[in-house]
Amino acid sequence: MTKANTGMMTGAKMIVKALKDQGVEVVFGYPGGAVLPIYDEIFLQNDIRHVLVRHEQGAIHMAEGYARSTGKVGCALVTSGPGATNAVTGLTDALLDSIPIVVLSGQVPTFMIGTDGFQEADTVGITRPCTKMNWLVKDTEKLAETLHMAFHVAQTGRPGPVLVDIPKDVQFGEGEYFPKEKLRLGHYQPRVKGDLDQITRLVELIENAERPVFYTGGGVINSGPGASQLLRELVDATGFPITSTLMGLGAYPASGKGWLGMLGMHGLYEANLAMHGCDLMINIGARFDDRITGRVKDFSPHSVKAHIDIDPSSINKVIRVDLPIVGDVGHVLEDLLRIWKSRGRKVQKPALAKWWGQINEWKAVNCLDYKNSEKTIKPQYALQRLEALTKGMDRYITTEVGQHQMWAAQFLGFEAPNRWMTSGGLGTMGYGLPASIGVQIAHPEALVINVAGEASWLMNMQEMGTAMQFRAPVKQFILNNERLGMVRQWQELLHGERYSHSWSESLPDFVKLAEAFGCKGIKCSDPKDLDDAIMEMIRYDGPVIFDCLVEKHENCFPMIPSGKPHNEMLLGEADTQGVIKAAGAVLV
Amino acid sequence: MSALKIKLGSSSHSAYDLRDPYAEVIESHTLAIIVDNESGVLARVIGLFSGRGYNIDSLTVAEVDHEGRKSRITIVTRGTPQVIEQIKAQLGRLVPVHEVHDLTVEGPSVQRELALIKVAGKGEQRIEALRLCEIFRAKVVDSTLESFVFEMTGTPEKIDAFADLMRPLGLHEIARTGVAALARGV
Repeated sequence: MTKANTGMMTGAKMIVKALKDQGVEVVFGYPGGAVLPIYDEIFLQNDIRHVLVRHEQGAIHMAEGYARSTGKVGCALVTSGPGATNAVTGLTDALLDSIPIVVLSGQVPTFMIGTDGFQEADTVGITRPCTKMNWLVKDTEKLAETLHMAFHVAQTGRPGPVLVDIPKDVQFGEGEYFPKEKLRLGHYQPRVKGDLDQITRLVELIENAERPVFYTGGGVINSGPGASQLLRELVDATGFPITSTLMGLGAYPASGKGWLGMLGMHGLYEANLAMHGCDLMINIGARFDDRITGRVKDFSPHSVKAHIDIDPSSINKVIRVDLPIVGDVGHVLEDLLRIWKSRGRKVQKPALAKWWGQINEWKAVNCLDYKNSEKTIKPQYALQRLEALTKGMDRYITTEVGQHQMWAAQFLGFEAPNRWMTSGGLGTMGYGLPASIGVQIAHPEALVINVAGEASWLMNMQEMGTAMQFRAPVKQFILNNERLGMVRQWQELLHGERYSHSWSESLPDFVKLAEAFGCKGIKCSDPKDLDDAIMEMIRYDGPVIFDCLVEKHENCFPMIPSGKPHNEMLLGEADTQGVIKAAGAVLV
Repeated sequence: MSALKIKLGSSSHSAYDLRDPYAEVIESHTLAIIVDNESGVLARVIGLFSGRGYNIDSLTVAEVDHEGRKSRITIVTRGTPQVIEQIKAQLGRLVPVHEVHDLTVEGPSVQRELALIKVAGKGEQRIEALRLCEIFRAKVVDSTLESFVFEMTGTPEKIDAFADLMRPLGLHEIARTGVAALARGV
C-alpha cells in the first residue's frame, strides 16, 4: 500500500504503476518464482489486463502482434532463467522487423547474481545483441525511471524491443516512485525532420523523372497512419507507380491505381522489372534487404536512388544511394508534398504515360497465373477464395513463414496499414498463431485470420489454450501440404530434388486437435467445398482450426534465385504462355 | 519444372548471395566513442563489432567525465571505406553512445600507446638492449642481473619498431595498452 503523502512503494508496485502511466492496457506473460511479487501486484489491481500464455515465446509474439496492429508498444512479462531465454526468439524477431515491445524479466536477487542460482541466467548478456537496449536494475530507487526510459527507447527513432531485468529483491524493496514527467530524455533523441535541402533536391528529381518508382517498406507503417495517408496523397498526385516490401503492405491500398504489387524474391514480375528499369527509385522506409535486391552488383543499375529512413545506419549499408534523407517518413513526406505542390506539382506527363505503357505490358504477363485443378485445392486458389469471401470485412491477417506466407502476400489485398502481421526479417515459424491472438486481444470484434503452413503452425500450437481461455476467436487457416514447402522448393530447384527431411510426418488430426482444445475443427480437401467451409470458419463464434489439404508439390513463383539480379526471374506456369517480350533474360 | 542447371562453384547453391559487392582498399581508422559509463555498455560496443564481423585491432577504455558519467572508448579498426561508414553509423545508433569521432578523417590527431617490455639477456645482448633503450628514450622500470623491464610511450609504430629490435636481444614478454588518441587543435 502507498504510504500517505509519499510516493514510497515496493518495486513491484512501481512496475504496475509505471505500466499504467505509460498507457499499457494488456500484458502477455507467464509467472515464475522470480516474478511472484509482480504477479501479486497484478492480482491486486484491475486497470491492466494480464493474458496468461502457454510458452514465453508466445507471449513475445503476442506482444508483437498487438504492437503492429495498434501502433502502441507491446508489453510482456516473463520470469528468470528459462522464461527469459524463451523470449530470445521473439526479441530477435522484433529487432529485425522494428516492432516496439517492452519485455520485463525477473531475475534472482542481486546478491545471488553470478552464483549459478536456481533459474538464473545472464539475461542482459544473452539478450544484448537481440534488443535495441536492455537494463539490469540493481536499485529499487532507479526502477521506475528505467521503465519510463525503456518505453521511450522502444518507440523513439527506429522502434525496437527492449528488456528490463528486475531482480527479486528489487521487486520487494521500497523506494520513491519516479513519475513519467520527470524523465530527462538525455541524448537519445533521434532526428525526425529531414534536411530541407535534400528534400528539395528530391522534388527536383521527381519533377524530371521519366521512369520513376516508389519502393516503400515497414518504415511507413511504423511512422503511423498519418504517414500512410501522406504516401497515398503523394503517389496519387504524382501518378507514379508504387511497390512495397513484405513488411510495408497496406500502406498504399492494393486497389490504388499506382499499385504494382509486392517486389522481391517472390514479388511480382512488373514490380521487379519496374525497379530494374527505373531512372528514379524513391525508397521510403525500406532497407534494401537481400530478398529485394537479388545480386547487389546488378541491382537497378541505371537509376538514381533516393532513400528516406529514420535510421542513418540503414543508408548505404547494402546499396549505395545518391540522395539520403534521414528522418521520420511522416515528417519527410509532409515537407516533400508541400515543396512539390508549391513548385507547381510538376511531373513529366508524356514520359510517365510511356512508362506506364511498358509497365502494363509487364502486367499482361500475368505472373501470378497458376494451373488450377478440379480435384485438389491449389494453395493459390485457397487464398484467392479467402480474399474474395473476406474482402471488405474488418479483417486482420497474420501468417507463419514459408510458401503460404508468400502466397498470402501475393493474393491478399491490403487496403489499410496495420492489417498485416508477418515475420519478415527473421522469418520465425511459429510467429503467426500467437501473433493472431495478440491482434485479437487488441481488436476483440474483428475477424483475425492466421494463414499458416502445418509445420509452422505446430511450433506454437500450445497457444490455442490461450485463445480458448481469453475467448479470442482466431481463425487458423492452415494450408496443409504435408511438406516444408519452401525448403522443398529450394531442394527441387537447387539441390537436384534431394528432399532431405522436408516432409511432415505423423501429423495430428487437426479436427480432433481442435475438439481436444474445445474449439471448432474444419477439414476441407475438395475445391468445390472450399467456399462453404471458409464461410463456416468465419461464422463460427470461437477459435477455428481449418485444415485445408492442398496440392503437395506446388512451387511459389515468381522467384529470383539467389545470385541472380532481379530482372532474371523464374516465372513457372506463366512462362509457358508466350506473352514475354521483355528485355532481359528470363530463365526457365 | 526441371531442376536448374547450376554451374559447379557458382554461389547459387546458397539462399544468400555470397560474393562481396564492392571489394575495395582496406583502411585503418581510429575511432573515439563517448559513451555512458554504465555496466554493459562496453559489452554492447564490442558485441556490435564481433556480431557484425568488424575488426578490433586495438581497444582502450576509461572514464573521462566523472560528473557526466561518461567514458571514452578508443578503437582502431580496419575495413573498406563503406564498412567504416557502416561501423560509425551502427555505433551512432546505439542508445548509450553520445558521440562517434573518426580521428583518421576528422583532421590531424595524436596517437600514443604505452608498453612494458621485459628483456632477458646477458653480456653483449644486455648492453645493446640498454643502449637501444636510451636511443628510443624508454625508461628502465625494473632491473635484475638477468633482465630489464622497459617502459615506453609513443606511436604504435615506434613501439613495434622497438619490440622488433628487442626480439633477437632476448625479448621475454610485452604488455601493451592499446592506442589512446586525441584530435589536434579544437
